[in-house]
Amino acid sequence: MNWDEATTAPSVVRLDGVGFRYGTGPEILSEVSLDLPPRSFHFLSGPSGAGKTTLIRLILLSVRPTSGELRLFGETTADLAGDRLTQFRRRMGVVFQDFRLLDHLTTYQNVALPLLVQGYEEATFRGEVVELLQWVGLGDRIGAMPPTLSGGEKQRAAIARALIARPELILADEPTGNVDPALARRLLHLFVELNRLGTSVILATHDVALMDQVEAGRLILLDGRLYHDP
Amino acid sequence: MTASVLPPRPDESELGPIGRGLQIVPNDGGAGWTLVAVIAALAFLAALAAGAAVQVASAAATWREAISHEATIQVKPDPGRDGEADLARAAELARETPGIRTARILSRDDAERLLEPWLGAGLDLSDLPVPRLIALELARDPKPDLSRLALRLKIDVPGSSLDDHSAWLSRLAAVTAGIVGFAISAVILVLGASAGAIGFATRGAVTGHRDVVEVLRLVGARDGFVAWLFAKRFARLGLLGGLIGSAAAAAALLGLALLSDNGASGGTGLIAALAPSPWTFAAMAAIAVADAAVAGAVAWTAVKRFLKVHR
Ligand SMILES: Nc1ncnc2c1ncn2[C@@H]1O[C@H](COP(=O)(O)OP(=O)(O)O)[C@@H](O)[C@H]1O
Ligand SMILES: [Mg+2]
Repeated sequence: MNWDEATTAPSVVRLDGVGFRYGTGPEILSEVSLDLPPRSFHFLSGPSGAGKTTLIRLILLSVRPTSGELRLFGETTADLAGDRLTQFRRRMGVVFQDFRLLDHLTTYQNVALPLLVQGYEEATFRGEVVELLQWVGLGDRIGAMPPTLSGGEKQRAAIARALIARPELILADEPTGNVDPALARRLLHLFVELNRLGTSVILATHDVALMDQVEAGRLILLDGRLYHDP
Repeated sequence: MTASVLPPRPDESELGPIGRGLQIVPNDGGAGWTLVAVIAALAFLAALAAGAAVQVASAAATWREAISHEATIQVKPDPGRDGEADLARAAELARETPGIRTARILSRDDAERLLEPWLGAGLDLSDLPVPRLIALELARDPKPDLSRLALRLKIDVPGSSLDDHSAWLSRLAAVTAGIVGFAISAVILVLGASAGAIGFATRGAVTGHRDVVEVLRLVGARDGFVAWLFAKRFARLGLLGGLIGSAAAAAALLGLALLSDNGASGGTGLIAALAPSPWTFAAMAAIAVADAAVAGAVAWTAVKRFLKVHR
């Protein structure tokens, strides 16, 4: 690696010997190390229950490593709290496997939420949100409440919410798990397109067919260990 | 399937509100109303206490004002002395004192009329030795030296005494201070109880909406933003409860004043003191505002603490 590059562009995500267990339960991840350069695209795969969601929650600083070190955007994340924690989260966009849309808000409000909580005025983002919703094919569902959306529609709303604040890193947890193969392909290309524009992407999926469609790094979780496939 | 063939822009009236009308954390409905009822009941008590304190304080101020430029010289009849001469001498001494505007000798009839309430009307008092009075009107500036006048009176007119109401005034001051202090403690206690109820309700709300709170934080909300959402809501509930309670207290006070007016038209003294003044209502309104402030502050603190613990 070129020294210049290493100093000017630190890894987006870097794990060194990270172990994790929920409470006093079994170790879900052990000795996980990875180093993702900026603007990279990685699939995170592994069988159901392997710990994909857990690894994403670690990166999102929603849970903390039981051992080892996690660095984001070149900075350590140990003992983060309060507003410093929020600063890191604002640089990431996440698509939750279970969507986590707020049922009492319209699709439009849900997608606008990241901007709303950052204190932006509606006038500054309204057009952008509507456009993004159209782009993911929810143009006619903007006023709908999540409970009335189909699985695929929820998925797209969740994706739109993850993208709206233009994060540097996108964490997508099975973002194509609820849609037909055609839409899955389209959504996948949305992430590829974003990646081309400079966003780092980690896309968790257990769908091998999906991974074959894109040339990208592969991280495989198996029995608590992380393997790199080239 | 590219961005260039977007369907026409959707109807934006369906978007739902983003600004003022948006409840980012859903309302609790029932739980909110229970809290409003509790705060209203407590505010009712606090507003009554605050209103009563203001009433008493202002009535006391009125009385003080009324009698602080009055004093009386009393000349007791003494068979061995010339009563009329004593009266004239006492009045003269008073008039010589700087700061005493007038000294008016009350006639024997006046004196007898003052005794009527105790002795009954129509009684012939002409044979009885009735104490005679001289009414003094005091200037505010220069203040008369009443203790000096009292000494002069003792020397020249042995049967006389000077009453400047100071004993009564100091007792009035003590009673007023006691009542106001009592009311302030009551208000503080009641606000403290409201704060307890609000803290309890906030912790319930934030725990109940834990999933929403978590999503907000994961999409980039600061703890302060989340706390502010709850603080706003509870401040509003506090204000609502406070207004209901204070309005009820104001209505109760007005009702009481009306009742007493019916009994004694153009009432004086205690009855007049019951007529609520604008300050009384201001004090009651202040209770509502205090409820809102306490609710907001307590909710903010409780949520911040919750978020700190549940990182
Ligand atoms: N909140 C939790 N508490 C305890 N165990 C959990 C929790 N979430 C997940 N697990 C366990 O951790 C393991 C990995 O889960 P997860 O990360 O969801 O896997 P994946 O996303 O790969 O399907 C599973 O055995 C799961 O039961
Ligand atoms: Mg998962």
